[in-house]
Amino acid sequence: MSENLGAAVKEICRAHGHDRTRLMDIVRAVQEQFGCVSGEAMELIAKAVSVHRVEVDSVVSFYAFLSDRPKGKVVIRVCDDIINRMHGADRVAQAFADELGIEVGQTTPDGTITLEYTPCIGMCDQAPAALVNDVVVTDLHRTTARQIVQELRRHLDPRRLVRKLGDGNNAHELVQAMVVNNIRKPGPVIFSPVNRGEAIKKALAMSPVEVIRAVKTSRLRGRGGAGFPTGMKWEFTRGAPGTKRCVICNADEGEPGTFKDRVILTERPDRVFAGMTIAGYAIGADEGILYLRGEYAYLRAFLEDVLQKRRDENLLGNKICGKEDFNFDIRIQMGAGAYICGEETALISSCEGLRGDPKNRPPFPAQKGYLEHPTVVNNVETLGCVTKILEDGPATFNEYGSEGSSGTKLLSISGDCRSPGVFEVPFGITLNEVLRLAGAGDAYAVQVGGPSGQMVSRDEFGRSICYDDLATGGSLMVFGLDRNVLEIADAFLDFFIEESCGYCTPCRVGNVLLKERLGKILAGKGEPSDLKYLQELGETVKLMSRCGLGQTSANPILTTLKNFRSVYDALVKEATDGLQPSFDIHAAMSESEKITGRKSVHFLA
Amino acid sequence: MSATIDFIIDDKEIQGRPGQTILEAAQQNGIYIPRLCYREGLVPHGSCRICTVLVNGRPQSACTQPIAPGMIVENDTEKMNGLRRNIIDMLFVEGNHFCMFCEKSGNCELQALAYRLGITAPKYPYMFPKRDVDATHPDIFIDRNRCILCGRCVRASRDVDGKHIFEFVGRGPHKRVEVNAEANLADTDISMTDEAVEACPVGALLKKRVGYAVPIGQRLYDHKPIGSDIESGVAPASSR
Ligand SMILES: Cc1cc2nc3c(=O)[nH]c(=O)nc-3n(C[C@H](O)[C@H](O)[C@H](O)COP(=O)(O)O)c2cc1C
Ligand code: SF4
Ligand code: FES
Repeated sequence: MSENLGAAVKEICRAHGHDRTRLMDIVRAVQEQFGCVSGEAMELIAKAVSVHRVEVDSVVSFYAFLSDRPKGKVVIRVCDDIINRMHGADRVAQAFADELGIEVGQTTPDGTITLEYTPCIGMCDQAPAALVNDVVVTDLHRTTARQIVQELRRHLDPRRLVRKLGDGNNAHELVQAMVVNNIRKPGPVIFSPVNRGEAIKKALAMSPVEVIRAVKTSRLRGRGGAGFPTGMKWEFTRGAPGTKRCVICNADEGEPGTFKDRVILTERPDRVFAGMTIAGYAIGADEGILYLRGEYAYLRAFLEDVLQKRRDENLLGNKICGKEDFNFDIRIQMGAGAYICGEETALISSCEGLRGDPKNRPPFPAQKGYLEHPTVVNNVETLGCVTKILEDGPATFNEYGSEGSSGTKLLSISGDCRSPGVFEVPFGITLNEVLRLAGAGDAYAVQVGGPSGQMVSRDEFGRSICYDDLATGGSLMVFGLDRNVLEIADAFLDFFIEESCGYCTPCRVGNVLLKERLGKILAGKGEPSDLKYLQELGETVKLMSRCGLGQTSANPILTTLKNFRSVYDALVKEATDGLQPSFDIHAAMSESEKITGRKSVHFLA
Repeated sequence: MSATIDFIIDDKEIQGRPGQTILEAAQQNGIYIPRLCYREGLVPHGSCRICTVLVNGRPQSACTQPIAPGMIVENDTEKMNGLRRNIIDMLFVEGNHFCMFCEKSGNCELQALAYRLGITAPKYPYMFPKRDVDATHPDIFIDRNRCILCGRCVRASRDVDGKHIFEFVGRGPHKRVEVNAEANLADTDISMTDEAVEACPVGALLKKRVGYAVPIGQRLYDHKPIGSDIESGVAPASSR
């Protein structure tokens, strides 16, 4: 085994040019082959790529899909985000556990199958879902969970679990997934048919500066959440000093409740790669990276094939479409289970083979990004829009949407609704209209923008989806009347606690403290003063945190405190006996009772 | 680019040099901005967030933010100091800090900052985490109970000592400092003279057999609050 490991690690490191910036690929490959990156493997990798062992450990210990201890040959990861839980993810996980004879978090004694929970895998529209290694299984219930285990016991081949293929390219021979697209409302921008090569040729007929001007004229803003004007971002990057530039497409799609990038990559990958190439031409880059979240590994072979076809057609590679001096190619960088890697500077760290820690700003990626080169990071959908803007011209794009927000927006809608799925709607549409489209007319609350967004109550369903009102990366989670918004907020805090990179104090510690106090309220032990405590603590985390994760992680608390105050008020009460309701004297004494071997005597039983 | 940059901290007009951070320019002008993960001579880390100031109304870490002409910085205000107290409280409850018998008491930057900002007890509940002590090395030990994850040892060892003995592993609340060996500090090439050992602001990385050597009354922060040297224009004792 050991000799085996030595030879394999050597080969993997050689295949990656002993390049330490490719550490992500190296440790992923070792994990895949050996079920873990053991201390011994770390030592070997460190030697081969000339880093310290502890640096390899630092990377491996950061990502949820990497592990220093052996996992089963097959790892079942049940998605446990709130939407999946509403659809019975816990029952499904229990069925898996019962059938395997282990608990969640354990590996079967024969070392073949591991069972875990994982945060949102981008399948909320077909929940409950799970990953079995790279294979996605959807619409699970207890019976299918048991069957999956029984089958795996026979062949340990996750691919054979897929019987019925999904629609569109999900059935492509290189995808072969049971995932379905659920495109409920195709729109004129992203889901319009693509004429491969058209946008690029139009772009190449202009100067790079003219391309940037066209994107500026379209008033396109980022679709990944922050809404930065795309043309301006490109202009900054083009103007930054440097000999080499880079375009990164952010396909980390980790915000719970969003899955639209998955559908774009499945059905319109050419639109995205064309957008990257156009960005490359506009800013003067020769390297493109698609950062694909580990959960979407099932799309990788298909996307590689699309890239190869584009190379074959001279839409990628050297002298693209015969244009002298325009060389551009794209590689896929796989993630390994870390929501924070959707944050653009963390994403760059990850591409550089580091932990997914965000970087200090300034410098911004436009000045110094990937390997210190000026870098554009754009969302999948943003780049898809770029292609359409070049195809039809900015004026046509401007016709869609509202005054301050041009174009369309893809929404991922899930939860308590009849038609979960992807909707391409014009900006400016009201929440009410959207909910009607999704068959959720009787919704009680909607989480707009995922856990980092806001919980909106029925009173505000007349608000519109656009950059000036309800801005969102596209996640809409619908909750019916029987849902408890505080339990939902609690689940969101769990997510942020686990996904915080831990770099800065307010986010690393503050989220844990928020959860503690919310838990006290949910347990019926809250006092009115706890609401003020939560508000102040939440504001501290929001103001003092270093990156967008911590700056939004208190939103589940802050927005429910604002929009669902009555739910809190009904739960907290002033203590009448002068004691702290959260203080449980029996629990506090239990340890000393155990040591002394007798019950303690105290008043106020 | 002009040779000086004019900007304002708490209504005071001050001048700095291009390339300086807010923290450095302030310090040069005798203004102390509370800090923990910052240490002179090391690349700024921006992780503790104690040094957060408002720059034209927006929060920024003073140790990483470069100065710019005309910027308006709010530092020593009730609001910012309140937020800083919250962060310090978080650090106290996150670990296991027992000042009364810690060797570093009186010389500890965390303790000194708490005193400077008027903290007597943290307002958050203690987490009482279970953390390890690594006493395997003959001369130096790590007590992770007191570690505040400032990364000063990591940077000092990597950039000053050129050894890279420490690094962060894990993420979120599971993040901790690990050593460049299978398990133990004894198996690294750390030495007593390493800058990394000096760099720890608290009692997490200490030399053996020298604890409590300085009597109470003669310790670094026994008489004046941390930052007083900067405010009186003397070179900061804490950074050397
Ligand atoms: C914690 C966190 C996670 C993020 N995740 C994503 C993501 O999955 N996809 C994405 O496009 N942007 C994500 N972003 C936003 C990116 O940092 C960045 O703003 C975006 O990719 C820029 O592209 P755009 O201008 O085209 O929207 C995230 C930001 C934060 C703070
Ligand atoms: S806010 Fe959270 S995720 Fe961002 S740097 Fe700080 S600890 Fe990391
Ligand atoms: S001193 Fe600036 S963040 Fe720690």
